[in-house]
Amino acid sequence: MDAQVWTYVMVGGTFAIYLGVAIWAKAGSTKEFYVAGGGVHPLANGMATAADWMSAASFLSMAGLISFMGFGGAQYLMGWTGGYVLLALLLAPYLRKFGKFTVPDFIGERYYSKQARLVALICALFVSFTYVVGQMKGVGVAFARFLNVPFETGVLIGIGIVFFYAVLGGMKGITYTQVAQYCVLIFAFTVPAIFISLQMTGNPIPQLGFGGQLTDGTYLLDKLNQISVDLGFAEYTAVNRGNTVNMFFITAALMFGTAGLPHVIVRFFTVPKVKDARLSAGYALVFIAILYTTAPAVAAFARTNLINTVSNSSYSDVPQWFTNWEGTGLLTFDDKNGDGVIQYVADPAVNELTIDRDIMVLANPEIANLPAWVVALVVAGGLAAALSTAAGLLLVISTSISHDLLKNYLRPDISEKGELRAARISIAVAVVGAGLAGINPPGFVAQVVALAFGLAASSFFPAIILGIFDKKMNREGAIAGMIVGIVFTAAYIIYFKPQLGGPGTPDGYWFGIAPEGIGTLGMLINFVVSIVVSRTTAEVPQEVQDLTESIRYPRGAKEAEAAH
Amino acid sequence: MSKNLTEYWKRNLKYLGILLAIWFVVSYGCGILFADALNAVQLGGFPLGFWFAQQGSIYVFVILIFVYVKLMNDLDKEFDVDEQ
Repeated sequence: MDAQVWTYVMVGGTFAIYLGVAIWAKAGSTKEFYVAGGGVHPLANGMATAADWMSAASFLSMAGLISFMGFGGAQYLMGWTGGYVLLALLLAPYLRKFGKFTVPDFIGERYYSKQARLVALICALFVSFTYVVGQMKGVGVAFARFLNVPFETGVLIGIGIVFFYAVLGGMKGITYTQVAQYCVLIFAFTVPAIFISLQMTGNPIPQLGFGGQLTDGTYLLDKLNQISVDLGFAEYTAVNRGNTVNMFFITAALMFGTAGLPHVIVRFFTVPKVKDARLSAGYALVFIAILYTTAPAVAAFARTNLINTVSNSSYSDVPQWFTNWEGTGLLTFDDKNGDGVIQYVADPAVNELTIDRDIMVLANPEIANLPAWVVALVVAGGLAAALSTAAGLLLVISTSISHDLLKNYLRPDISEKGELRAARISIAVAVVGAGLAGINPPGFVAQVVALAFGLAASSFFPAIILGIFDKKMNREGAIAGMIVGIVFTAAYIIYFKPQLGGPGTPDGYWFGIAPEGIGTLGMLINFVVSIVVSRTTAEVPQEVQDLTESIRYPRGAKEAEAAH
Repeated sequence: MSKNLTEYWKRNLKYLGILLAIWFVVSYGCGILFADALNAVQLGGFPLGFWFAQQGSIYVFVILIFVYVKLMNDLDKEFDVDEQ
């Protein structure tokens, strides 16, 4: 069978599984719809959280980014895993004990204020929607390239699939589908990595092969440093000394942002006990770490393979994959000196090869000459990653609308059935809205996705942490902190992002911090503002202090329930 | 609030302090601030700073969470605040 047929088989087969699971796990009540009935096993919840968390960006783009960044790529690896330590230690057990459905629920109740709930609701909608549009775009790109359909058709197929199982199953359907999607995506990511690691270093474990020796006895990383320097690039493993502060801030923004993202936090409401919430965060990180420790190995393998295959080889003998990707325009060769040989070097005036970093994961199996079914598997994995994240985000959006806005704000007397219907309608509207925005992205969507982390870090994280650990934190402090934090962060980002129409240039960065890292500073400002304001305004009511006290002790945790 | 619960919370905060200090030193310390210096040391085929940044810190994160789970489960039992 050729690659195209294999792709149809793999994608079709995995989709049939997802739909089957969705029908099996249909939600019957709002509780099942919002938190999967609160009875998900921590292990299953960990897998679902991992699939929810790892998006098309983690699966398709991250290894490619690292491949071209070398050492600096670590900001994504540490940033997108370290936040789980914060989640497990500082948030998950307490929020589980608190026992509500959503982040705005917590904020509204802890800060005894409808205004606080509304501010949190708007932040949650904004963060989740920008994030989901990027996923729908990713789905469209993956379908378009591998099923040979136009990009718009790709997005429409994606809308159809997500629509079906998210609307039907709610959190319950999504959780069990995500377990299946995790298995597909992790298999798809590790199988090619194992093959390539064996080929290059003789070690089947990519994490070890990464530090292993090539057939000629030199270490892979030494070899990679050597060939990089020969072509005028920086050493792969070397620290970029001028970038330390910026890397520190970006890593921190990603970590604290992770711990503030509503679609991640809501995951810890779905397990039965406080104990399970702690454990579930641990399992989630194990499942995430499998991909995140393999990705940098894949990056180094791919980089070495790429340079060895194309550098100084004659254009007329390039392998088939090279020609395939040239057809997409994502890889281009411009024979500047007319010698028919590919010069791939750091100096842009001499360099003749341009490679879009997003193609590295998809092209990697082809570069390493792996069989066609492996290539097809990677496609199915990429789609699983994008769809599982999109579904989780859409659920947060629909919950925000039907539960936080409708039930707790506009129409408190709505019946359970009415609320469930409203949840299904709003998820349907959100799917279609996100799909349409993905087809016709306002040029800056891709930019905004990365910034969702900065916004989450500067708004939710301090409000939740202070709500748990500081009994004296009051309504006024939390609202002021959230607003100042998110406004400062958004303003800095817009000002310094030309894609968003901002006039700023990198020369003007404060302390050299790029917009991606400014959420860390926004978060610190939020903490300071919250504490100062709370100490100068009215005291927290006694019953709220008692509530804050009670979430510190696991005993008596009830199942998640709706606020009344 | 009973004295027992105050003590429970203090112990919890102590655990958090220690674990988060390790979290910070491994990622921001070894992986970023001191990575350049650590790169002078080799760990098998890896420069050490690079290894912490792209591998080691993630392994430590996983271990930290499971240590925390164990510590807290024991603490809950000791102070009789665990879930039945």
